Amino acid sequence: MSGDTKIAIDVREAVKRYGDFTALKTISLSIMDNEFFTLLGPSGCGKTTLLRMIAGFEDVTEGAIYLYGDEIAGLPPNKRPVNTVFQNYALFPHMTVLENVAFGMEMRGRSKSDARKRAGEMLDLVQLQQFAARKPSQLSGGQQQRVALARALAPEPKVLLLDEPLSALDLKLRKAMQLELKHLQRETGITFIFVTHDQEEALTMSDRIAVMSAGELQQLGSPTDIYERPHNMFVADFIGETNLLEVSVDAIKEGRATCHLGGGHELTCNAVDGIGIGSKVHMSIRPERLYMSDSPAEAESLKGRVKENIFVGTDITTIVDLADGPDFTVRTSNSDRGNKRIFEPGAEMFVNMERGAGRLLVD
Amino acid sequence: MAAGAASGGSATTDTYKEARTWLLMPAWVTLTILVLAPVLMMLVYSFLTKEFRGGVIWEFSLSAYDQFFFDRGLFGDDPPKIEWTYITIFWRSIWQAGAATLLSLVIGFPTAYFIATRSPQMRPVWVFLITIPYWVNLLIRTVSMKFLLRDEGPLNDALIGIGLLDDPLRIINTNFAVQLGLFYSYLPFMVLPIYAAVERYNFALSEAAADLYASKWTTLRRILLPAIKPGVVAGCILVFVPSMGSFLAPDLLGGAKNFMIGSLIEEQFKGNAGNWPFGAAASMILLTMVLIILMISARQQAKADRA
Repeated sequence: MSGDTKIAIDVREAVKRYGDFTALKTISLSIMDNEFFTLLGPSGCGKTTLLRMIAGFEDVTEGAIYLYGDEIAGLPPNKRPVNTVFQNYALFPHMTVLENVAFGMEMRGRSKSDARKRAGEMLDLVQLQQFAARKPSQLSGGQQQRVALARALAPEPKVLLLDEPLSALDLKLRKAMQLELKHLQRETGITFIFVTHDQEEALTMSDRIAVMSAGELQQLGSPTDIYERPHNMFVADFIGETNLLEVSVDAIKEGRATCHLGGGHELTCNAVDGIGIGSKVHMSIRPERLYMSDSPAEAESLKGRVKENIFVGTDITTIVDLADGPDFTVRTSNSDRGNKRIFEPGAEMFVNMERGAGRLLVD
Repeated sequence: MAAGAASGGSATTDTYKEARTWLLMPAWVTLTILVLAPVLMMLVYSFLTKEFRGGVIWEFSLSAYDQFFFDRGLFGDDPPKIEWTYITIFWRSIWQAGAATLLSLVIGFPTAYFIATRSPQMRPVWVFLITIPYWVNLLIRTVSMKFLLRDEGPLNDALIGIGLLDDPLRIINTNFAVQLGLFYSYLPFMVLPIYAAVERYNFALSEAAADLYASKWTTLRRILLPAIKPGVVAGCILVFVPSMGSFLAPDLLGGAKNFMIGSLIEEQFKGNAGNWPFGAAASMILLTMVLIILMISARQQAKADRA
């Protein structure tokens, strides 16, 4: 992040409590201008609460929220230059599509004709111009979604908040909308804050992701950071598929930690600050970073037997039984089958781990 | 979704096709005995000749309607002039019922909104509390109201007691007393349909409006009210219609000057002084008025749904 990048939303030690229940435990994070930022986590992790605090629907129990340097925590929603795309769209059922999109601009004091003209342009942007005179109930889910988007973008908010906007759409439409959203964000240059529980969605669209769980920020980083360098058990387990192995650290030398897992197997990986010799921790290894061979092919190589092959379209997932050790999942891409071998169930072979694939996790 | 519901509906119709006539019988019998027959009886009676000790002579006559609209002098042989007495009573009834409806709406809407925004466990409790007074007979409630409002009643005692007034406020035997009485008689009919509508309302719409820079007042006017309009209209009709024909509140609280159509009709069927055909004719005129109002409201509702 360069020094002159402005901070769009600055959440400083914000806490949210409902009576005795703490929904958010002291969260601080800065969302940059023109960023596609995602709050990712399972339901009940506090991501929607944080979004609603930024929108103004929930007050901030402690701490502060700044929008481009101005404290907004005390302002009602209608005084904040941020707009929301709601989970179930919340389109006004008695208004036409055009009236829905024009509503926010009219409320901001634009003349009716001016607001409608601009609403028409917004409908062009989401390719719904021919539906302007329809009622929301006459549109499909995907179309309603785009109306909600046009309505929230039309008043040119400083920040757009999106509360699981794609969760009601089917898979194919969801994929198309992911790309469309990403393009819209680039075209408009508006900061997007996107809430989702779908890690794939988060990885596809975001510039940066904040992974949340139980009201706490677990990790903040780029999609690659979060996927390749998960900080703790929760992040490694929640994002993507991974092998989580219980290990104990035997030695640390020159930035490499030697760990042993059950059955006398040994693995080496990069040491992590805060995990010392003797710690019993978990190691995460992504299944696509493993491959199989007849004889050991890497420094980290473990002997095992194939239990099962599962064909999942683009990949083949192999479950490997390590002698006296835990099960391993190995994923081989179909496009890689020239280079990498698939063994029949029951076959004995070696599982090889690329250097740098193993990652030690704090609990 | 609409198409799915429609096809589901027709499947049900097909299932019961054979039995349909029989299954609908109870409804038809009830409607015939309790609605159609009494109205027809009244229609017939309104065109009969009156008997002086109550009852009717079975002889066709238009005199009941004639008496309602025209004044032909004491002996009935003057040239006809428009008879304003009954039209005035009618007009007063509309006005009083309208005022009572407005009062019910002003009080009933916030009440309904309050109940609908409580927690789901508390809502039935509030509805229950609202309906408790209505377990008591309407006559007793209206008499109690008279007791409360009269010059030496608790209300005036209290107002004078705290030094707000020197002389009692004259409420009893005024139009306002009648409006209060009608309002109190029919308030739940306003609260309950509005409550049902607000409970179904998607409050995310209000959040969306606030998010799009609408003030609370604008949100109420442009988002909430259009969404719950059917409930409001139903409430208004349910208060207005019985208020129009009511006779207890105007009799007990309004005195002779504030006569309403219900009292006029009631009197025609009481004791020997009555005039059955005239009472029946006034009832038919009232019924026609109410039907016209209902039809206008239904038509507007249909227009709003189509748009």
